[in-house]
Formats: sequence, structure tokens, C-alpha cells
Amino acid sequence: MQGKHWISALALTVGLVAGSGAFAQTTVRIAWYSDGNEGEVVSDLLKRFEAQNKDIKVVLDQVPYKAITENLPVQLASGQGPDIARVVDLGGVARYALDMRPYLKDASYWEKNFGPFLPWMRPEGDSSAITGFMTQLTVTGPFVNKTLFEQAGVALPGAKATWEEWGKAAKDVAAKVKAPFPVAMDRSGHRFFSVAISEGAKVFDDRGEPAVIDEGFKRGAKLIYDWHQNGTMAKELWGSVSGTAYRGANDEFKNAQVVMYQSGSWQIAQFDKTVGDAFDWVAVPSPCGAGGCSPMPGGAGLVAIKTTKSPEAVAKVMDYLASEPVLSEFYARSLFVPGHLGIAAKGLDYAGATPQGKAALKVFSDQVAQISPAAYKLQGYANNRVIFNAVISRLGQAISGEGTLDEAYKRIESDIAQQIAERKK
Amino acid sequence: MSLATRMMTARRKPGRWHWTDIAAYAYLALGVVLMFGPVLWLGLSSFKTQAGLLEFPPSLLPMSQKEVAVPGQAQKLPLFEVEMPDGSKRVLAQVRRIGIQAQMVDPEKPGETIRVPIDKRTPVREFKLATENYTEPLERFAFTRFLWNSVFVTLVATIITLIINSMAAYALSIYEFRGKTAVMLMVIGTLMIPITIILVPVYLVITKLGLVNSLWAVILPGAATPTGVFLLRQYMLTLPRDLIEAARMDKASEWQIYWRIVMPLAMPALAVLAIFSIMWRWNEFLWPLAVLTKTESYTLQIGLNAFQGELQTQWHYLLAMTVVTLLPVALVFVFLQRFITTGIANTGMK
Amino acid sequence: MASAETKPRREGEGAAGLLAAPLTLLMRLVDGPMRALQRLIGERRMAYVFILPNLAFFSLFVFLPLIINVIFSVTGGAGLFPSERPFVGTQQYGYLFDCGSFLDPSSCREDHFWRGVSNTARFTVFQVTAMVLFSLLTAIVLNMKIRARGFFRAVYFFPVLLSPVVVALTWKWILQRDGLLNAAITSIGGERILLLVDPSWAMFWIVFVSVWAHMGFYTLILLAGLQAIPADLYEAAEMDATPRWRVFWRITLPLLWPNMIVVIVLALIKGVQTFDEVFVLTGGGPGTATLMIVHYIYETAFANQVQNFGLAAAASVVLGIVLFALTLAQLAASRRKGAA
Repeated sequence: MQGKHWISALALTVGLVAGSGAFAQTTVRIAWYSDGNEGEVVSDLLKRFEAQNKDIKVVLDQVPYKAITENLPVQLASGQGPDIARVVDLGGVARYALDMRPYLKDASYWEKNFGPFLPWMRPEGDSSAITGFMTQLTVTGPFVNKTLFEQAGVALPGAKATWEEWGKAAKDVAAKVKAPFPVAMDRSGHRFFSVAISEGAKVFDDRGEPAVIDEGFKRGAKLIYDWHQNGTMAKELWGSVSGTAYRGANDEFKNAQVVMYQSGSWQIAQFDKTVGDAFDWVAVPSPCGAGGCSPMPGGAGLVAIKTTKSPEAVAKVMDYLASEPVLSEFYARSLFVPGHLGIAAKGLDYAGATPQGKAALKVFSDQVAQISPAAYKLQGYANNRVIFNAVISRLGQAISGEGTLDEAYKRIESDIAQQIAERKK
Repeated sequence: MSLATRMMTARRKPGRWHWTDIAAYAYLALGVVLMFGPVLWLGLSSFKTQAGLLEFPPSLLPMSQKEVAVPGQAQKLPLFEVEMPDGSKRVLAQVRRIGIQAQMVDPEKPGETIRVPIDKRTPVREFKLATENYTEPLERFAFTRFLWNSVFVTLVATIITLIINSMAAYALSIYEFRGKTAVMLMVIGTLMIPITIILVPVYLVITKLGLVNSLWAVILPGAATPTGVFLLRQYMLTLPRDLIEAARMDKASEWQIYWRIVMPLAMPALAVLAIFSIMWRWNEFLWPLAVLTKTESYTLQIGLNAFQGELQTQWHYLLAMTVVTLLPVALVFVFLQRFITTGIANTGMK
Repeated sequence: MASAETKPRREGEGAAGLLAAPLTLLMRLVDGPMRALQRLIGERRMAYVFILPNLAFFSLFVFLPLIINVIFSVTGGAGLFPSERPFVGTQQYGYLFDCGSFLDPSSCREDHFWRGVSNTARFTVFQVTAMVLFSLLTAIVLNMKIRARGFFRAVYFFPVLLSPVVVALTWKWILQRDGLLNAAITSIGGERILLLVDPSWAMFWIVFVSVWAHMGFYTLILLAGLQAIPADLYEAAEMDATPRWRVFWRITLPLLWPNMIVVIVLALIKGVQTFDEVFVLTGGGPGTATLMIVHYIYETAFANQVQNFGLAAAASVVLGIVLFALTLAQLAASRRKGAA
């Protein structure tokens, strides 16, 4: 009894405190994480928006990425989420996304320019909603330390070279210049599929259900596994941490310890800034396998959330941020590959980038055309992170010596089936 | 002579060195290096530039490459020490690098360009603190707001914890009452439950109370620490009962006995709990991250970690901000450590 | 000497005094109602009044969540509120205990859970042993006649104040591939230690770092115990010319036992709960060699795309029951030893 009184008294006090801060302006809250300078850029842009729209106050809550992956889903499920969020797990958040069509100034602008990416952010079964746009389109692909190649006197493999050819060349170079990482790849399921799909992995069966383990997948997994056994890849990434944890080799690459680094377009900004004049680095087209030369698409989307109290204001903010001049400036200043077809077609002038950075951005932008339907389908699949996580967790274990590849395949299949079954309960 | 000195001198005659003394000082010296060294290293590293942090072998002090202005060049040029083909060494400034060749000039004779293979040059460096590691993030974030929130949470939570834990410990150590065993079992049973595993249920409770995004959501859940009750009770059990009985004879109320007699006597244990509570609260990360989503309610630990992205960690900022959050704790420690450590030590003398 | 010991205390109290003034006033104000209450219910039942606030917080934020956790553990799906979750009975527990052989984690449906159990058990044993040994050694050294004792005491205590994340970060910075340790090793011509590649090194370093971070606290508890041992006991032993190891074995250790129990219990708790430090330092790797049970629970509930609160809750209930049994056993043991 006493406990209850105490709670209501407390709730009352808190309510009063919170209430006293309210004013006539509509507040729109954006949960935003940053990898580089994009947080600063967007807050600049939002200040301009506020100056034009005195009735809307936009608060940018800058959070660690951990808060977006781990806490945001809980907050959304309990109805405590923000109005807009920058997320990577598009399929997972889609259930809570707001269809902005009734509030947007011009929905056809969105459909025209964000068309291929809109399905990524739609709830399952919905084929027309507009819930957000890509703040960044990412494309996977290798970065190569060209200076190390020159020092070793090894020629760079050509544009259509296979993964095996790249692996061999990188290993030769590393042996000559004593670099500890001939090939490095982020410990991430998404990056793994950039190899597996080019080796012919289909990921889904004819009915569109996940059927992850096929010959193409096995070729990709075997390649990565063998590279770890013969020293082409160091165990420090894939064999290191457990479970779903991400590990990158960007620091090692910046330090000229990696010959070839399979990562993606998002690394450009920091390489451009930190490598400086220390060595020449280039982005090269995605290597090929039995299934083609497709990279994986990806990226972070800015998604409007259903529970918002002021959908009109949210749509106004989104319309502003998605408008061509604003978005161009955003992509250009953050050195991101545009996720806007109009801007992509015109090409962007990355004024702040060095010639190396510009060249790399060009390579990645051109790669967008190479993305295969299988890769698009995987990226658009709502439960794709279930697949990614199962792959890194189990393949990582096999690489560090806990069990065989065949055991890993079985675990990957059962992990995926179990988690999807849990979601459907 | 105090008991303490008598105890010490009782064991060994002064002025005579035994091998154990030497071993003891050696052990202590090693301790100083091991305990302070890593944190000192962290502090030094936090002043290194992004590139400096990646170096191997790492330099002890924050260094950065020396740059000179050369006539005829628009920008300052980085200095290198170059091993020339004839084996001599020269200090040259690099104009540009093309592939594995570098074009260099002698700052004294800027007219002539010298081509040098890049593996023949080593950067010339000077001591320089990268204070921008600190100033950039602090300017970007509402630092004072975060600081205030952290201080508020830490102080209020510690005071609540001290009061309610000591009251419970008092009841559990001085009285016999029905249900005491059950309460003790509850305290001990939950001693071992880490907050991580009940994160979601506590979040649900907080949601139902409507406390999300309030600092109280951070303060309240951890207030009734089983560890605190356990520590205080163990300590209060050692207090002389006669004192309490005597007070009761003098018609003191139970509340007065708790407040005027037991609390002052339990000071050393309270001090220990206080410093622990301060640390727990100040350092808390996972839980505030779950319940605080608005910038204005962030604590330091969350606010200063906002630059940890999906794909990259900006180590230079991370280390610097770690040092920033560490400083207040270090200050509290310097201020209170003798009180705390002698407090614990004095417990034995009663 | 005596004044030197009391002076710093006064400083501290002076600082606390500022805070204490409003508190004193508050406590005085409370006295009136409390006195009335005492008249009403009697002296003995005041115990309930004293325990109530703590109990209220406790029920709301620990006990109730534990019950919700039990409810989670018998329900399935990906819903957050218990009302959105279908009842599945003991299915989640069934998953956890679905093992070909309990000695081989890889034969279990939830192999990571069992790897976590075995890693946590091993870690806890190593960690408690090392913790007791080193804090005892340090306490004995600090109890010797040494100069600047206060300073050294502070030196060992100081890492206790660092958050687990800071501790892990500090050491990660030293132990990583291109860190200080490997710089030292390679400069004398040795092979680099790769923390994240060799499972036994990973286990060694997490135990080491854990002892580094927490031994100061346990040292103080033991030091307090050592100083409480009456000096005349040692004097008598010295007169009898008893060998030192015997003095230690017959006098020091038995009299120190109550403090040792506290140290062991608290170190055990810390050991089983270990998560943040290890998570930042090794991420549970290499492979799953340092994957702890709390890490498994955390990953199952949060890091996966389908946040499986049911399975995580079932694992935490199992963990809770084991811990509770352990604590009781230990307390029973300590009571018997203490009485003897």
C-alpha cells in the first residue's frame, strides 16, 4: 500500500517536472549514431531547417551504435522510441516504421529517387509504404595498399580477377614486405556474403524462404576457411571474438599492415583523412567467383517511427533532409555513396576529398551497377541479420578450431531456423 | 604509544633489515609499476594523434612529425631523416611521395630536389600533445549538462542507498523478528544476480512507472543494493550490544539509537559503501543507455560514448573521454582515500 | 602517530559534514513520527519499519523483475510485454538442457550456453584462487613495518575505482597486437603474444586483469583483519620462538578466517557475474574460449536480431538457482568453520 502511494507521488512529481518544460513548438527527436563526421553535418543541416521552420524543434540525440542495435528495439516495442531513427537493421525496425505517404509533400519524388531502397524499410507484406531514405548507401569491396604491391614488385590483378588470384597476389606481396595481414575481411556476415554471392550462393529457395547452405555458400566458406589455414588471412579477426561481435581491420590497414582489405565504401572518409601521404591506397572492383562479381549493398537508413505524436512535423523534417540540395550536401560532406538515384546519376563532387578518396568513391559508385539480384534480395530480407549473425558466429568458431566446417553448416541452418521460428510464434 | 605502533614494533626490532623487508619493498615497487603504469599509459596515449596511436613500436610520449616551412612551398613540409646512398644521413623535407619514391628538398637549399626511396627515410618527430582529442568532443557535446546529470545521479543515489541500506542492515543485525531469515535469504540470494540479466524486466517496470528518460529511472533501481546491506550488516554485528541496551534504558527511541549510536559507529563501513556506490553510479553504462534516450538526460558515460559507431571506433576520442570520466573519480579518491582506507583499517581496533 | 591517524579522518568528516547537515535535520524531523509509531507497535516490531524502504525498492526493482523473468522463461516469441507472449511451458528449459552429452557442449542444442557455463566455472576457480592468494600476500606485506604505508595502500586500492570498461580498455591498449607488451617482447627478440588467437593466453589475461582490478578491495578487508589480531598473541609466539610460518598457520590464518570468508564470497560473486571486462577485452574469443554465461544471456536477449527474451530468461533462472544454492552452501560451510 505504502509502496503504491510512494510510486504515484513520484510519478506525479516527475510528471510535473516534465510538464513544466513543454511549450508550443512541436519537437521532433532523431536518434542518430555516427561512424564519422555525419552527425556534425546533419546537425548543421537541421539548424538551417529550424531557422526556416520556427514551429518545429528538432533534437538530434547522438547515441553510441550499441544503443541503436540493442536498446532501440526494446524502446520501440514498448512505445518509447524516438520520432525518427538512423538504423542499420532496416528489416527489424520496419515493423515500427511510419508510412509517411499521407504527410509527404510529393511522394512521387521519393518513389523516383529512392525506389530500389524503399522495400528494405517496409514492414513485411507491405509493398507501397514510404518510411524513410538511405542516409548512406554502402557497397562492399576491397581496398588495396598499392604501395606495398609496388615495393614487392607484384602487379595488381586486373578488373575481372578472381578471389583466388587476389588471395595469391596478396600473399606474395605480404611475404615480400613482411606484412602480417595479406588479406583481411571484416568479421561480419554481410561482408562474408559479398564473397559467397560472387561464388554463387543463392541464399533463398524458389519460394523465397532462406536456404542458406548451398554449393555457392560452401565454396565461399571453404575459401575463407582455407585462407585462414594457409595464412592468407590472420586469425585475429574471424577467429578472435565470439558470437555476433563485429571486428574490422581498418586500423591495421591504415597502419600499412594489410595488403588487401575486404570492407566497403564507408571506410573511405577515414582512410582519406588518416592515411594521408603514408601510402597509396586504391579501391578495386569486387573480385569474381563462379557466380559473378557482385558486391553486397547495404547502408544506414533514416526511418520515421509509427509511434510519433506529430507525423506531419516528422514528414516535414524528412522531406527537408531528403530534398536534393540538402541530401547532396550531406552525402558530399560525409563522403558517402549516394542512396538517391537522381544525385547518383548526376554524380557528386566530393569537394573535401583528396584525389585518392575521390577515385575510391568513383569505383564504389560504379560498382552499384554490378550488384546482383541475389545480393539485393538478401539485403532487403527482413531477417537478414539472423543469417549474418549465424554465419559469423559459426564460421568464426570453425576458423578458430572449434569444430569442422560441416558442423558449422549444420549449426548455421539450425540457428537460422530456430530464430525465425521464435519470431513467428 | 598507540596500539598500532606497538603492534608494529612488537614484531621486529627497529633498524634491523630482514630479507623479508627487502622482498616486501621489491613487491611494493613492482605493485606501483603494475597498478599505476597501465593507467599512466592510457593517459599518455590519450594525448597522441590518431596516427600516433597506430604506431608500432609505440612511442612512450605523445610525438608528432616535425614540420618546417620551406621557401617556395605553400604548405609546411614534414621532416625526415634520410639515409643517403653514400651512407651519410641528412635531414630533408618531403615535397610529395609518388609510389615508392619520395621527392625531398633540403630546407637549407630549397632549390634542388632529391629523390629518395621511401624505406630510406624515418620521420623526425617532436613532443606534442594532441589536446584536440579533448577539446573537439567536449565542444561538440553538452558536456556541462552531462556532468551535472552524472553528479546528480551519483550523489542522490548514494545518499538514498546509504540511508535505506543502513536501515535494513540495522534491522537485520540488531533485531530478532519473524521473517528475518526470509529477508536474509532474499538479500543473499540476490547478491549474485547481475543487473544485466534482469535488464529487460526492470525496463518494463520503469516503463509502467512512466519514468523512462527521467534521471530517477537511473537512480532508483539500484538503490537497494544487496551488497550494501550485506556489508553493513556484517559490520553492525560486531558492534557492542551493551551500548544499545544502555541507550534503551535511557529511553532513547529506536530511531535515535539507529541514528545517534549505530550510524556513527558504523561510519567506516558506511564510508566503504559510499565510495563503492559513488563508483558504481558514476561508471554505470548499460542501464542508463537503456532508459535514457534524450540528450538532455544523458549521463557522462553515455554522452561521451556517442562517437562509438557501427564500423569504427575513434580511438583518440575514446581514450581522451575515458580519461575525462576517470578524473572526477580520481579526485574523489585522492580526497577520501585516507578516510576510507584508514576507516577500514580502524575497524579492527574496536 | 595517533594524531597522524586521526587527522585525515577529521578532514574527511569535515567534507562529509557539509552533506550531513541537511541530513541531520531530516533525521531529527523523522524522529517524532518514528517515536509515535514505536509507541503504537512496540519496540520489537520497529524492525519492520527499518526494513521497509529497502524492501520496497527491492521488491519493485529486483524481486518483481525476477518474477517477470520467470514469466519470460515460460513464454516464447519476440514480444516484449508478457501479455504479448504465448505460453510455451518448459520448452525454453527443454532447449537449454537438450544435450547429447552434458560433458560435450557441442552436442547441445544451445552449445554456447554450455560453453559459457564451463568457461565461467573455470574462470571463477582461477580468479578466486589468484585473488585470495595475491590479496593475502599484499595485505601481509602492507601489514609489515613499512614506510609510506598509506601511499602503498592507496596504490593497490586505486584500480578498484575504475569502471570495468575502463579497466578492459586500459589493458586492451597494452595487450593488443601492436600494444606496449608486444613492443617490449619484440624488442628483446621474442614472439608476439596474440591475446585473441591463443585460448589459454586469453584466459590467463582475463584472470590477470580481473585480479589487477579488484584485489585492492580484498586486500583492505584482509588488512583490517590482520590489524585486528591482538598483538600479544604475536608477542607470546615470539617469546616461545615459534617459527614464522607456524605463527602464520596457527595464529594469523584462523583469526583471519571471517575476513577470508567475506573475500571468498565476494570474489566468487564477482567471478560468476563477470561480463563487461571480458566482453571489452576479448569479446568472448578466441572462438568461444572466454564466452561467459552472462555474455551468452546478454547476446541472446539483445545482440541477436530476434531478441530472444524467453531463452535468455530461462538461462538466467537456471543461473540464479545455481548461484543461490552455491551461496547457501558456502554460508553454511563458513558458519561451521567459524564456530569451530
